[in-house]
Amino acid sequence: MSETAFKKETRLRLRSGKVRGETITLAHGGGGKAMHDLIDDVFVRSFANPALAPLEDQARFALADLARGGDRLAFTTDSYVVDPLFFPGGDIGKLAVNGTINDLAVSGARPLYLSCGVILEEGFPIAEMRRIAASMQAAAEIAGVQIVTGDTKVVPRGSADKLFINTSGVGVIPRGVQIAAERARPGDRILVNGFIGDHGVAILAAREDLALDVPIASDTRALHGLVGALLKACPDVHCLRDATRGGIATVLNEFAETSGLCMNLSESAIPVREAVKGVSEILGLDPLYFANEGKLVALVPGDRAETALAAMRAHPAGTDSAIIGEVGESPEGTVILHTGFGGERIVDMLVGEQLPRIC
Amino acid sequence: MKFVDEFRDLAKARTLVEKIRSLVPQIPVCKQRPLQLMEVCGGHTHTIFKYGIEQLLPEAVELVHGPGCPVCVLPMGRLDDCVALAERPNLIFTTFGDAMRVPGSKKSLLEAKAEGADIRMVYSPMDALKIAREHPEREVVFFALGFETTMPSTAFTILRAEAERIENFSVFCNHITIVPTIKAILDSPELTLDGFLGPGHVSMVIGTGPYEFIANHYQKPLVVSGFEPLDILQSIWMVLKQLAEGRSQVENQYRRVVPDGGNAVALRAVHRVFRLREFFEWRGLGSIDHSGIGLRPAYARFDAEQRYPVPNLRIADPKSCQCGEVLKGVIKPSQCKVFGTACTPEKPLGSLMVSSEGACAALYQYGRIDLGKNVRNHGERSIGTRSA
Repeated sequence: MSETAFKKETRLRLRSGKVRGETITLAHGGGGKAMHDLIDDVFVRSFANPALAPLEDQARFALADLARGGDRLAFTTDSYVVDPLFFPGGDIGKLAVNGTINDLAVSGARPLYLSCGVILEEGFPIAEMRRIAASMQAAAEIAGVQIVTGDTKVVPRGSADKLFINTSGVGVIPRGVQIAAERARPGDRILVNGFIGDHGVAILAAREDLALDVPIASDTRALHGLVGALLKACPDVHCLRDATRGGIATVLNEFAETSGLCMNLSESAIPVREAVKGVSEILGLDPLYFANEGKLVALVPGDRAETALAAMRAHPAGTDSAIIGEVGESPEGTVILHTGFGGERIVDMLVGEQLPRIC
Repeated sequence: MKFVDEFRDLAKARTLVEKIRSLVPQIPVCKQRPLQLMEVCGGHTHTIFKYGIEQLLPEAVELVHGPGCPVCVLPMGRLDDCVALAERPNLIFTTFGDAMRVPGSKKSLLEAKAEGADIRMVYSPMDALKIAREHPEREVVFFALGFETTMPSTAFTILRAEAERIENFSVFCNHITIVPTIKAILDSPELTLDGFLGPGHVSMVIGTGPYEFIANHYQKPLVVSGFEPLDILQSIWMVLKQLAEGRSQVENQYRRVVPDGGNAVALRAVHRVFRLREFFEWRGLGSIDHSGIGLRPAYARFDAEQRYPVPNLRIADPKSCQCGEVLKGVIKPSQCKVFGTACTPEKPLGSLMVSSEGACAALYQYGRIDLGKNVRNHGERSIGTRSA
């Protein structure tokens, strides 16, 4: 069937439900007409695509199509509970699309399809839901993925905070790509694709309780294009992970723990914006632990590092990429930061949450 | 970053270390034993571990990490009082983030929060007052904690609450003052300290005058120090220079922040609102006369201890815990029997393992490369801010 015919088909199958009222009520999750209207008017309208259109209980894909892209499927899920829902640089919807895409991308997979489950608190403004759904679709279009199946639940006021989104994603891993934390080797170089900590600081600053005026936007963006460029330049990427919650410190600790090797970081090589450094100083927090939503950490063989770096820098998602360290053998299972002051310190897994110092 | 990187310059640090090294042979006591200097303030302790300053110093100079971490010296019983207050119906308990994870005898504030108590992290007591203003139907208590650094902001908040006639706000006052505690340490028979780095932010409020007795009566040099690594090194050099020249004086390295006379406006507010308690219990150090701060009777209605029943039980520290000996500089954190084994930042037994300014937590976090112990933790990794 041609693309135009598909679109026509989709339009015909769209039920014409119109959501009434301005806020979500329990009826919108009740399984009846109100729920159908909400799904039609907000989600189906936003996400319109051939796989979603039949509105069956599941999306269906031809195996043969998938097999053309590679020899393995990548499948992942993530839930998004960010507060506030809207923040400089994005919103929960954009995050829910890009975050799951990135979880697929760091396996080397080409992301294809996403699901979207939303849990709404009674009383949530429908206009905001519409805005978030549109933002999800915009992010999906930029990334070239489709949101093909979904679910909507409404819980009584107080049972959830405004809106939670879960997205799962499916992608195809090209033949020959082998990215895994256990593949780290001594001599590998550690690369990051730009300034760290922007998302964490943007969220901190967007919260009302911290009257911080910081010109920082979330770095949320899909990274599979960058991963593709990196793999093209350096097919033997050993490890790749996106540094979300817990920051690059957490990802590097995971690499260290799995491989039993030592991740040596050079503090002065790590890209951190002045404003992010400033917030860290004021609150006594460490940018290595700040969340990112568009940053990945890559381990590549030492002799391929400069090539990999050049490829990353040539991609829009990696213009500020840097080599930030090197993998060593001991002390095993450890991340060590070589400070600009000439000392060394261990960068451990975060215990609990980062709590600001009082004096 | 401007005004920060300048104070972290490695070349300048090396010059200072050389100057420190060259003073050592001129100090008589160094011929018998290593020199012991106490940094009083937890902020200094944090910097010392974060930048590996001890690794830079000659072996003849040892740093003893003093009692200047207000979270660390808070007795467990007071934490239980916090939990009891926080669990009162209709009450919003507000606290600085540091105190959330400090273990009480049964639970921490973080655990009480998980069980349903309305506990909110604030960055200033004024934020707590704002919550009180916005929730006139609720009772709001602020957990006031810290030395003279944080005392003025508590005082100003109480004065504001008084001016605005806010009735549903009170303060659980656990402010402490450092000077009587330094005196108690100086009177301790185990003492071998040769000099002090004085606290920077406390001195910004109280000035340098209150330390004169240390130089005059006890003949120990004290240098009020800033918090950047070069500040600390320069202050150490200044203390050693005094020792080499046979002087004992109060000197001020942190002039860019600390006026010798302190902050008169802040001190007036503090004196108006607060009084000295007869005695106050310090974790690891025991009861120290006139070291605790309470509210004056005129402000009793803002005093959570007057408004609500507080259990006020004395809870002994776990027997294996040696925080007191570490605080007094008798043993090093790594010499404690439970350091890094039964006591870790994930499951702290002693208070020094709780706050990042506690000597044990700082050593555990930053200093374990030297210890040859690679104790890994696999704790919870939740982030307080919902960022995803």
